[in-house]
Amino acid sequence: MTNLPSRAEPLYLDANATEPLRPEARAALIEALDHVGNPASVHADGRAARQILEQARVAVAVHFGAHPQDLVFCSGATEANALAIHGLGTGRPVLVGATEHDAVRAAAPGATIIPVDADGLIDPAWLDARLATMPGALVCAMAANNETGVIHQLDRIAAICAMHGAMLHVDAVQSAGRMAADHIARGATSVAVSAHKLGGPKGVGALVMAPQVADRLMPLIRGGGQERGRRGGTPDLPAIAGFAAAIGAIRLADATRLAALREAIEDGALRMGAIVVGGAAPRLPNTVCLALPGLSAETQVIVLDLDHIRVSAGAACSSGKVARSPVLDAMGLHDLAGCAIRVSLPWNVPGDTPVRFLAAYRRLAARALRKREGFSTSRETPVPDVAELV
Amino acid sequence: MRIVVAMSGGVDSSVVAGLMHAAGHEVIGVTLQLYDHGAASGRKGACCAGQDIHDARNVADRLGIAHYVIDAEAAFRKSVIGDFADSYAAGKTPVPCVRCNQHLKFGDLLDLARDLGAEALATGHYVRREEGKLGPELHRAADEARDQSWFLFATTREQLEFARFPLGAMPDKTEVRAEAARMGLQVADKPDSQDICFVPSGSYADIVARLRPDAVFPGEIVDDAGTVLGEHQGIARYTVGQGKRLGAASGQVVTRIDAERRRIVVGPRGAGTRLVRFGEPNWLIDRPDTPFRATVRLRARDTPHPAEIDAAQGVVTLDEAALAAPGQACVIYDGTRVLGGGFIT
Repeated sequence: MTNLPSRAEPLYLDANATEPLRPEARAALIEALDHVGNPASVHADGRAARQILEQARVAVAVHFGAHPQDLVFCSGATEANALAIHGLGTGRPVLVGATEHDAVRAAAPGATIIPVDADGLIDPAWLDARLATMPGALVCAMAANNETGVIHQLDRIAAICAMHGAMLHVDAVQSAGRMAADHIARGATSVAVSAHKLGGPKGVGALVMAPQVADRLMPLIRGGGQERGRRGGTPDLPAIAGFAAAIGAIRLADATRLAALREAIEDGALRMGAIVVGGAAPRLPNTVCLALPGLSAETQVIVLDLDHIRVSAGAACSSGKVARSPVLDAMGLHDLAGCAIRVSLPWNVPGDTPVRFLAAYRRLAARALRKREGFSTSRETPVPDVAELV
Repeated sequence: MRIVVAMSGGVDSSVVAGLMHAAGHEVIGVTLQLYDHGAASGRKGACCAGQDIHDARNVADRLGIAHYVIDAEAAFRKSVIGDFADSYAAGKTPVPCVRCNQHLKFGDLLDLARDLGAEALATGHYVRREEGKLGPELHRAADEARDQSWFLFATTREQLEFARFPLGAMPDKTEVRAEAARMGLQVADKPDSQDICFVPSGSYADIVARLRPDAVFPGEIVDDAGTVLGEHQGIARYTVGQGKRLGAASGQVVTRIDAERRRIVVGPRGAGTRLVRFGEPNWLIDRPDTPFRATVRLRARDTPHPAEIDAAQGVVTLDEAALAAPGQACVIYDGTRVLGGGFIT
């Protein structure tokens, strides 16, 4: 490991945590900041604000294959997921994929867990059999996983849900902007999305719904009657304008470029002894989850950070602690789960990224190789957590 | 040089980070998350991080240094809490801080520091590390009241080589707090931490009871001849030398804990033994082949006992009898210098 502080520009490879703001979104956001009107006001300034809001609603809804009136703007995907599960799923049996984001799992604590295979994919036959015994269920399946980039077969899942009369809620946070996102048109009953994961500002997102369920939504926040009574509170107009502009700036053709850079990183890492998690499954073009047996994920993240390369591992907690990944545990990776980092390329990733990343990663791989002799495969001790003690 | 500072969020390690930063080092602050604080405090849904982690992070931000939180919960559960309960169940009186220093701070954290390309690991312990002719030596702190050398006896020579203790020369805690205030650190007036960090309510027996219920089964209090004097509510509630909770035997002290028969053995005050055996030795000098004179301390806050030490046999012969509690450390000193030690068996 080098001890000389590098003067290099930081290399941001943590797009799945948040994408850099797209210039189009920045411009729209700044412009909207100067609009004084509240969209709820009847006067001309209010009408002008309302026009920005409704134009944004059209742009976002269309992208997800939905009607504008069936879209509710909110604070982000955590709220959108909670709104869908509480607002549409209350009173129904809920099924949640084992690799779903905590925002979904925490909103449905009593849900039936849909198991995934070693590649992180839901078994359609399992789902089919289970839904036959659970009429009127709500199924929650993410379009693509945040840690591995593994893409679920949503068309098949949607068909199975439709066959059993189940609702399908899709967390499209990671797929939006990186692949086709017309989930509503393709059979989902609701979709959660977050602006900052596709190059928009943080703090805004949306729940997009199919027409047959949109009128049934029970709000979480009522006061004020905004969003047709489905989400109270004055909308964050500048953020919403930025959100719509970011959607407008998405060029799915960029995926080819991202995929080529991702492949180069993956190939190089594989040659250094890394393992690609979910490597056999279809994945997002920008994401690779790399495991390096022998070196803990948190050590890898810190070493790379000190080398000015920003990546993530596991699920970040508010403490900043790198917790063990429940996603990788659900895929049955056991010890490997503690050795995996996520590299996720942003929309504006520089072309020399594979070279720069692999130069730093090589040092990690060498260190891991040296430590592998002492690599313990011992499992967690049966000693309970302090949580259970006090 | 690049140096990792173990930052607990308390005033001591915060000052260490500040001193190392001011000395021009590239400081990387690392905080070990040892247990789920939200759960330990009994507040359902509370964050897993305690205030200490936020304090450490704020100090790092204030100093402008990198800071990371490491999940050490599993290792802490196994090496410290598990050992803590098992020791009590075996009739011993464990020292969790020694295990934590041994396995986490100078074990896992030191490994991490090497992985990060650091040249040293600095902590806020009150001990001195002096460069001797034959390598670094571990000495008692300048502030005798704060000295923590007893808790660090298990540090190996290799670990000591890598370790730095910038507070060892501080005259007293007041000066450390003044230093923190000069650095503008919010933690300058923060109260000192508790004895056992993972026992928030102060009732360690409850934790032992959950892990090792056998350690709190009732049993007999007997004298040396085996005469039953009363009943007790679990051997985990006793330590050798203790005079409390003895019921009809009050006025006497615990001289021995017989875990197998769940018996607390009492004897008159002043009882003791001259022979103390210790295991799991760690030597900070080449292990002497022949018996030698030194002083030993048998508890954290103990007066030094003159003794003869047989390193090869792991036996200490005290000049005057004393009570030694199995599980506690027997630390061997030459004046202020720690020569080595072991766990009393």
